[in-house]
Amino acid sequence: MFEKALTGSKRYWIWIFVLLAVIGAGFLAYLKQYEYGLGLTGMSRDVSWGFYIGQFTFMVGIAASGVMLVLPYYLHHYKKFGRLVILGEFLAISAVIMCMLFIFVDLGQPKRVMNVMLHPTLNSVMFWDMVVLMGYLVLNVIIGWTVLGSERKGTPPPGWIKPLIYLSIAWAPSIHTVTAFLYAGLPGRHFWLSAIMAARFLSSAFASGPALLIILALIIRKLTKFDPGKEAIQSLGKIVTYFMLTSVFFLGLEFFTAFYSNIPSHMASFKYLYAGLDGHNQLVPLMWISTILAVVSIVLLINPKFRENEKILALASVAVFFSLWIDKGFGLVIGGFIPNMFEGVTEYWPTQPEMMISMGVWAIGLLVLTVLYKIAITVKEEVEL
Amino acid sequence: MSIDRRVFLKIAGITTAFGLGGSTLINGLKKRGLEASELPFAGKQGGLTAKRWGMVVDMSRFRNEHDIQRVIDACHNIHNVPFFKNPKHEVKWIWTDTFNHTFPGMESEFMMEGLEEMPFLMLCNHCKEPACVRVCPTQATFKRKDGIVMMDMHRCIGCRFCMAACPFGARSFNWRDPRGKDEDGRPFIRKLNPEYPTRMKGVVEKCTFCTERLAKGLQPACAEKSNGGLVFGDLEDPDSELREILRTRYTVRRKQELGTQPSVYYVIGGNDDV
Repeated sequence: MFEKALTGSKRYWIWIFVLLAVIGAGFLAYLKQYEYGLGLTGMSRDVSWGFYIGQFTFMVGIAASGVMLVLPYYLHHYKKFGRLVILGEFLAISAVIMCMLFIFVDLGQPKRVMNVMLHPTLNSVMFWDMVVLMGYLVLNVIIGWTVLGSERKGTPPPGWIKPLIYLSIAWAPSIHTVTAFLYAGLPGRHFWLSAIMAARFLSSAFASGPALLIILALIIRKLTKFDPGKEAIQSLGKIVTYFMLTSVFFLGLEFFTAFYSNIPSHMASFKYLYAGLDGHNQLVPLMWISTILAVVSIVLLINPKFRENEKILALASVAVFFSLWIDKGFGLVIGGFIPNMFEGVTEYWPTQPEMMISMGVWAIGLLVLTVLYKIAITVKEEVEL
Repeated sequence: MSIDRRVFLKIAGITTAFGLGGSTLINGLKKRGLEASELPFAGKQGGLTAKRWGMVVDMSRFRNEHDIQRVIDACHNIHNVPFFKNPKHEVKWIWTDTFNHTFPGMESEFMMEGLEEMPFLMLCNHCKEPACVRVCPTQATFKRKDGIVMMDMHRCIGCRFCMAACPFGARSFNWRDPRGKDEDGRPFIRKLNPEYPTRMKGVVEKCTFCTERLAKGLQPACAEKSNGGLVFGDLEDPDSELREILRTRYTVRRKQELGTQPSVYYVIGGNDDV
């Protein structure tokens, strides 16, 4: 089926080459970082994880969210998602690849990455995160490719794929739960030491992922002859609505516990993020943009009249996506390191090379996504026409 | 097939050069200090051993800046700890900070005079339940039988999970190449100690309680230079000097509530003549 990705319109090839150019620029920046060390980034002794790990965390959520299509379709036989399900699976593939790349570019000694497999360490959450991410990638590649292949031949998918699909449904929440455990089990990081962390992760994932899928589905309808279906998009809209509300509710729970208990160490990171701490307030504007976007998106989503209008739904989806992107891809990771272990404040902001490398990873993800979507859509167009 | 003597010697010579002799030759060429594998290890004859090494920091013995600097220099000089001007890239094995920063949560509204300004020495706590060891995905950081939390610099992948996990800020990452030079051409390692390995960029490092000195029967460098301010010994030995101090004086540990069971205790002072 791969040959479908090798023929396309002029627009398709321009897009591919733009992505390749960004990847090239990112790669050059990475070579510089490889040579100089991670000191090229904005990270420090105090804020020892930054934009890379934030993006990794956010992308795990996007990957996990594929289950929001797979589950209703395969477990509840919700046929409306039939045309979308492959897009969810392929999005998961591209997101997991980005996760792995963001971890890779964050390593101080990338050449030794295989040590994680050579010395498997069962007590390390990072080891398990690698296991679940790898597993999820393999599952989605096998399932997506096989089901699409059958569709192309006009035959039902082989019987052996069913158990794998059920496994992938159970597997999806695990990747984000384990990722939350990277943070939620650390003594002395009060901002992360929260039993609700995995629940927060999952709810924000199931809002941001489907929001992205809505945007992608609308773009696909505009650019190709393939229509993912109005009703399917509306169903996604409802999923985004409920999970965005849950996500904001969970954040509210964190605020309540921190501020009603009035325990300084529990309040400190929230103060830093939303008001500034000891005169340091670099992230405050960003966090308020996230808050405003969350409120706007909820207002637009909660009213069915607005939500049913696809233009407004698209706008709300963009708002959800960026609100949660800031919250998880930035605030959550940086906030955990501020204040530091000595209750001092060292601020963090990504450097230019750091952003270039991140853009490169994003471009790789988009390239994988473009190629996979091109294949899927061409197959679907051929089957239908 | 038979080979004559000349061919045999040729082959033997080449094999030796690339095999046994080769490693010596290559080492000799790129030698810039000791390899970690060449360090003496614990359990060797004449070494100091313990069930669980620990330390007491007796603040009353540190009277001035000089007392403290001597201790820090002793450690950082022998261990080739690089000096980075940028505080974000700082590498430190033993250092000082104020009371409030050393013991967060223990500060009070009205504090004993002078306490807040006192420079408290900090180093790795060599916890009994080390969070860093729990999270490390490669066992590059591990706990030895004698309680010392150790680093394998050759296995560390530089993921910095241990830095996120350590509640004491005891771990430093090499954000730049410590073997390199700063913008003014000064080496980050001001004076190389050829007796101890240097690190490479991208790995995490920290205090090791001077395992290399213990193996030779010596006290940790900081304790040796502390004039009794840092008492090193076996926490599990009831007859040790360390336990005698813990029996007779009120001591605290950093962030005890987190349950990591630090092996470094502090005598805060205020009663110098006890």
